[in-house]
Amino acid sequence: MSAPLLAVDGVETFYGKIQALRGVEMEVREGEIVSLIGANGAGKSTLMMTICGAPQARNGRIILEGRDISRMPTHQIMRLGVAQSPEGRRIFPRMTVLENLMMGAAVTDGAHFEDDLARMFTLFPVLERRQGQRGGTLSGGEQQMLAISRALMSRPRLLLLDEPSLGLAPLVVRQIFKVIKELNESQGLTVFLVEQNAFHALRLAHRGYVMVNGVITMTGAGKELLAREEVRAAYLEGGAH
Amino acid sequence: MEYFLQQLINGITLGSIYGLIAIGYTMVYGIIGMINFAHGDIFMVGSFIALALILMLGVAASAPMAILLVALLGVLALSMALTAVWGWAVERLAYRPLRGSFRLAPLITAIGMSLALQNFVQIAQGARNKPLEPLISGGFSFPANPAPGQFSVQLSYMQIGIVVTTVALMVGFSLLISRTALGRAQRACEQDRKMASLLGVDVDKTISVTFVTGAALAAVAGMFFLLYYGVIDFFIGFVAGVKAFTAAVLGGIGSLPGAMLGGLLIGLIEAFWSGYFSSDYKDVAAFSILVIVLIFMPSGLLGRPEIEKV
Repeated sequence: MSAPLLAVDGVETFYGKIQALRGVEMEVREGEIVSLIGANGAGKSTLMMTICGAPQARNGRIILEGRDISRMPTHQIMRLGVAQSPEGRRIFPRMTVLENLMMGAAVTDGAHFEDDLARMFTLFPVLERRQGQRGGTLSGGEQQMLAISRALMSRPRLLLLDEPSLGLAPLVVRQIFKVIKELNESQGLTVFLVEQNAFHALRLAHRGYVMVNGVITMTGAGKELLAREEVRAAYLEGGAH
Repeated sequence: MEYFLQQLINGITLGSIYGLIAIGYTMVYGIIGMINFAHGDIFMVGSFIALALILMLGVAASAPMAILLVALLGVLALSMALTAVWGWAVERLAYRPLRGSFRLAPLITAIGMSLALQNFVQIAQGARNKPLEPLISGGFSFPANPAPGQFSVQLSYMQIGIVVTTVALMVGFSLLISRTALGRAQRACEQDRKMASLLGVDVDKTISVTFVTGAALAAVAGMFFLLYYGVIDFFIGFVAGVKAFTAAVLGGIGSLPGAMLGGLLIGLIEAFWSGYFSSDYKDVAAFSILVIVLIFMPSGLLGRPEIEKV
């Protein structure tokens, strides 16, 4: 089997004296959708940010295409084909939708900008109608679509998605997950997804990981995890939603 | 009426100088949320650099107008570049190492930098006033031949030069911020530094660029101050800096058009107050207006209210 696109090896991250990740081991292979599920505060977003070097891991290694990126500054990691749609979306509120998308393409030479822009407007037509509007005036769902599009504008090889479903109406969630699936199937986009919405996330994923208190406790194929009793009990209480 | 026009002209000239300095305060505040107290002294260093270059190159009023203009533009460009290096160095030495430290730390080093620059120039250049012969004299007067007892309005070439250059620089700078990739990166860092770095923006570099451009604009103000008043000393950065800072707050700190408007207003208030009341209290007048505006508009004239945060 070829080397994974991303390998996280024994990573430990601290916030001051508080340890948030305790030796995380996981990997993402080219062309996969991998989901990481876990309760609030388990360290999912910390792992995602640690991959991007903000904060940097205190111990362990993060290997991207055979290269250790764990000591690299964030902006350099993001130039290696990694893009993130972060927790809370972090749209630039006083920039227009178009400017937000331009920021997404900041690491490119701009040669494909018009093509990529057209592609985003096909994926999420609402963004085209809103392109002159300030990011801060969009609804939550529109902001999420913008955050994902902004990440895609850099033509990443690895897309990191942090809680794309948070606070959104079920219909919007379904639309966003559908787009992710399509991008993966049609363009082979590799996706690492962090979610509290375990049902959607595991159904979409080829493989999944479960995180508890900063450690990976379970791993397996998405559908397999979804069928497991302990996963259902812990993360799908109240049924599919 | 003539008298009013005269004060208007003086006020706009003064306001241009304040506005150019105020941009540096407001941009730095916007991007790293600190008041760069050393910025007024960067302006002072800029005027000393301009003076040194003028004396070294032997630029004199006796030269033909065209040569004089070219020489002064050359001095302007060179002092912008050299002052920018100072601005860059101040950030690199005194602020960047403290990023991520507690909020007051860079404020304290800023005051330290301000004193260090003042003392450095005082020791290196001497404490006495540095005069410069008027290089650009002459201008228009209306009416050209006033009747006895009639007031005639003076509009000097120097004032025209100051206002025209300032307007051109401000338009250029506004376009740089609103239209270019560099300006977008700057605004991105201002709105969400972490997200900017997640999009591959080198935040440290962008902050450096902000200091460099702010210092370059302050250098322009420094050279104008030198040419307009014909005398500088190591302490001019303090008062001008406080005024320009006031201008930035009046316009709404963090706002670029606000800094320009604030600078213009402070210049006008000072000119009209000195013209109609007493020049002794012109600073009191400027600061009183600031207090009154801030009572009714806490975020300044063009500042954005905090509720817009998403």
